[in-house]
Amino acid sequence: MHLLTAIVVLPLVGFLVNGLAGPRLGRGFVTAVGCGLPILAFAAAVRCFLELTAAGGAPLVTDDYTWAEVGGHSFPVGFWFDRLSAVMTLIVTGVGSAIHVYSTGYMKDDPGYARYFAYLNLFLFFMLLLVLGRSLLVCFVGWEGVGLASYLLIGFWFEDPDKARAGKKAFITNRVGDAGFLLGMFLLYHAFGTLDINQVQTAFAAGAPLAVSADLVGILLFIGATGKSAQIPLHVWLPDAMAGPTPVSALIHAATMVTAGVYLVARLNGIYQHAPLASELIAVIGVLTAVFAATVAVAQTDIKKVLAWSTISQLGYMFLALGVGAYGVAVFHLYTHAFFKACLFLGAGSVIHALGGEQDIRRMGGLARRIPLTFATFAVATAAIAGLPPLAGFFSKDEILWFAFASERGGSPLLWGVGAVTAALSAFYMFRLLWLTFLTPSRMTAETAHHVHESPPSMTGVLVLLAVLSAVGGFLALPQFLEPVLPEPAVRASLARFETPLLVTSVILAVAGLAAAGLLYARGPARAERLAARFPGVQRVLSGGYFIDGLYDLLITRPLAWLSARVFLRAGDQLIIDGTLHGLASLAQRTATRLSRVQAGGLQLYVLLAGLGVVVCIAWMWRHV
Amino acid sequence: MDRTQFLLALSVALFALGLVGVIIRRNALVMLMCMELMVNGVILSLVTFAARTATASGAVLALLVFVVAAAEIAIAIPIVLLLVRQRQTLDVGAYARLKG
Repeated sequence: MHLLTAIVVLPLVGFLVNGLAGPRLGRGFVTAVGCGLPILAFAAAVRCFLELTAAGGAPLVTDDYTWAEVGGHSFPVGFWFDRLSAVMTLIVTGVGSAIHVYSTGYMKDDPGYARYFAYLNLFLFFMLLLVLGRSLLVCFVGWEGVGLASYLLIGFWFEDPDKARAGKKAFITNRVGDAGFLLGMFLLYHAFGTLDINQVQTAFAAGAPLAVSADLVGILLFIGATGKSAQIPLHVWLPDAMAGPTPVSALIHAATMVTAGVYLVARLNGIYQHAPLASELIAVIGVLTAVFAATVAVAQTDIKKVLAWSTISQLGYMFLALGVGAYGVAVFHLYTHAFFKACLFLGAGSVIHALGGEQDIRRMGGLARRIPLTFATFAVATAAIAGLPPLAGFFSKDEILWFAFASERGGSPLLWGVGAVTAALSAFYMFRLLWLTFLTPSRMTAETAHHVHESPPSMTGVLVLLAVLSAVGGFLALPQFLEPVLPEPAVRASLARFETPLLVTSVILAVAGLAAAGLLYARGPARAERLAARFPGVQRVLSGGYFIDGLYDLLITRPLAWLSARVFLRAGDQLIIDGTLHGLASLAQRTATRLSRVQAGGLQLYVLLAGLGVVVCIAWMWRHV
Repeated sequence: MDRTQFLLALSVALFALGLVGVIIRRNALVMLMCMELMVNGVILSLVTFAARTATASGAVLALLVFVVAAAEIAIAIPIVLLLVRQRQTLDVGAYARLKG
């Protein structure tokens, strides 16, 4: 077995061992398997990465198994390890392993400990399948699989109906997107007779008249990406997904799974380069999602919800970069975002852990002294996401804004303007969160305040590691490293002189967001609450996420429920199907009731009928014999 | 109408009378008697044909039926007696335990 295959298979082994025998094997064993195998997978990924760089970037390819052979069509399962999938694999296994380790502390007392690690390993397996798959079909299996793992983990505490419902919502919303992905795959297979990503991209690059429109395929696959990556209009599941355990939110709903859509588009850049219309759509949806989610994040009061909306907003940034052709930059932001957002979520987990389950920032405050290590790491990650130099987020975000402004493949000052406003908003809501949670005077109850404690080393160690990466991760020139597989778009020459002014502007905007947050929240939430009270409508709209959920409920859920209840249930199921059966049954019953009177022991009636029978027989014989 | 025809008509009449009696009377003893009447109608036709063809086997068959009828009534009467002892009535409707 090739080492590349081992990366994928190791977490699967962990899932099988922990899932089948975990509860009987004891916590030590579950921890060893659950954390050990992802770390081994990470080591294998590093090894493969070294091989890749030693080979000068020639992709490692495996051909493991033929899934099906139907007529002339063959569906092989194989893996493809080039620079892009190498970066993604390292993020998935690296951040994944860190979060596994963190979970040993966070989930210590949970009765579903083994089940939790089994699911987490299952997630890693599917994610690696998605990242490394050579053909779109293998990617799709992983794509569906991570959706399943996400569903299982959001509804991990399924005894709570709200949490189970959140899992269901995530799954169903994702299915809508998956339909787009499937249709895109069908089109590609119809046109080229293969789903091998490399072959498909070569076919597009050849430039011959194509059997299929790149724009159409691009848009269909992007619909899949909007589902997985929570972009408008399929973003509604992500805030609810916060019902899962916090490390899960960090791993799946911030660092890795939700970036699958970004990865997919980057991976298929050979298609999107020939799809200007689809690219334009991606850029517009991305920037709209970014600004929309950022405004909602401003008004949230649940620490995890703020981070969830911020994730949606950051994913919007990545799609903006993809839309203007800066694929490498999008992956760069994906990479830095994985560090600081995982750090933020795990920090939030540490806060929640310290406060015994409290998630409402209105009842926090003053935690900086009590849990200093969590505070320090959270502060670093906050500065990183806000785009303060020289932290990781600054580099990636600045490059995205620059290409949104100047790329020859669809950049425009308008995209930059909206993106810049979002940058300021991001800084504002993140520092608002920092102030309300850690710095302002305490608003905790005495009971909660008494129990505040710093988390165990298994958790803080991971926080420190991720904070360091959020601080220095931006110095890695990832877009240049990815250049051979993800070409960077040309910059309009006439706009090149704006590069430094724009850089300065984005720093100023980040600082402005920080200052605004400081002005409103440094002395506690009172000032901001007075401001909000003057615009109650705005406050309601923002904290309700523009009522998109209500809108979907009104436009889709209720009509569907009505259709199901009235047409399918009452008319179809109850009237036609049940009606037929009940009708037949009651017909038989009523006939039997009538006929049973004949056989009620009346001797005379028997004799009469027997006599009549004889008469009929004789009459018949008279006629016919 | 010659004698044979007359006897046959009589036998049919006896049989029909018995049948109607079995059908319309509810008294178990009367029903038994009506059955005897039917058997007798049949025997009468047997005897008539036997006399007409002048064969011994016909007469033997008629005697055989007599014996069977006697044996049958010898079993039927005690059955009716037992029924009456149990139900205190001769009405056959009262013996029916099946519900329609």
